[in-house]
Amino acid sequence: MLFMIFAILTVAGAVAALSLRNLVHSVLALTLAFAGLAAVYLQLGAQFIGLAQILVYVGAVAILIVFAVLLTRDTRATSQSIISSSRIGSWPVVLAVFGILAWAIRHSARSQWAIPPQPETSIQQIGNAMMLRFALPLEIIGLLLTVALIGAVTIAMREQEETR
Amino acid sequence: MTSLSSCLLLSALLFAIGLAGALMRRNAILVLIGIELMLNAANLNFIAFWRYGPNPEALTGMMFVIFSIGVAAAEAAVGLALIISLYRHIKTTNIDEVNSMRG
Repeated sequence: MLFMIFAILTVAGAVAALSLRNLVHSVLALTLAFAGLAAVYLQLGAQFIGLAQILVYVGAVAILIVFAVLLTRDTRATSQSIISSSRIGSWPVVLAVFGILAWAIRHSARSQWAIPPQPETSIQQIGNAMMLRFALPLEIIGLLLTVALIGAVTIAMREQEETR
Repeated sequence: MTSLSSCLLLSALLFAIGLAGALMRRNAILVLIGIELMLNAANLNFIAFWRYGPNPEALTGMMFVIFSIGVAAAEAAVGLALIISLYRHIKTTNIDEVNSMRG
């Protein structure tokens, strides 16, 4: 029951995020979708992931998108349709993707299996796994984040030669 | 109690919504938002299979989601930097107008 509420909240947030005209409202609706998804994670027993979702998506990514919206305010495009006219034909693609996924989920043998008991995971277990078994991927993800953030700053930095 | 298939259906629905937004919206920032939603749908699949699959104590699904969130954060930063750079050069975020490399 609780899952249905969170699912509806998430889907409503996602639909609103991609259908509203005002970009700031879109980002607020996106935050709602991310928070609903975090609640779904918490309900599935993944406490750490739920909290990480709130910290990273609601806290950081949404703020980043708000800054990008404010920096790229387009004042003259308000009268245009929000949907690109040349790509209106992608509706069948979207419906086909959802239809195939839903069909596969309905007809898989896996969905008839019994529900296992809630797995017990503590933050300590996750920390142990991260430091021992997944130590190398953790280092690589740290390197990737460093490279990506330096790259992002380099791309977004004002080019001196051109503006002079 | 929720079942695996309802989680997967929610994930499929989120993926479809994200795909629709990424394919159809004009604004580059909203295309990026659609991509973020699709990544989140994939994360939900990992968590659902971790919860309902065998051997949840191995924590592989959870670890994959943690790394996937990290990669998604890096992707969002680079994507938004590209959009800001694009806006600085041609003063628009409408992807229909970004056609100077069209053959």
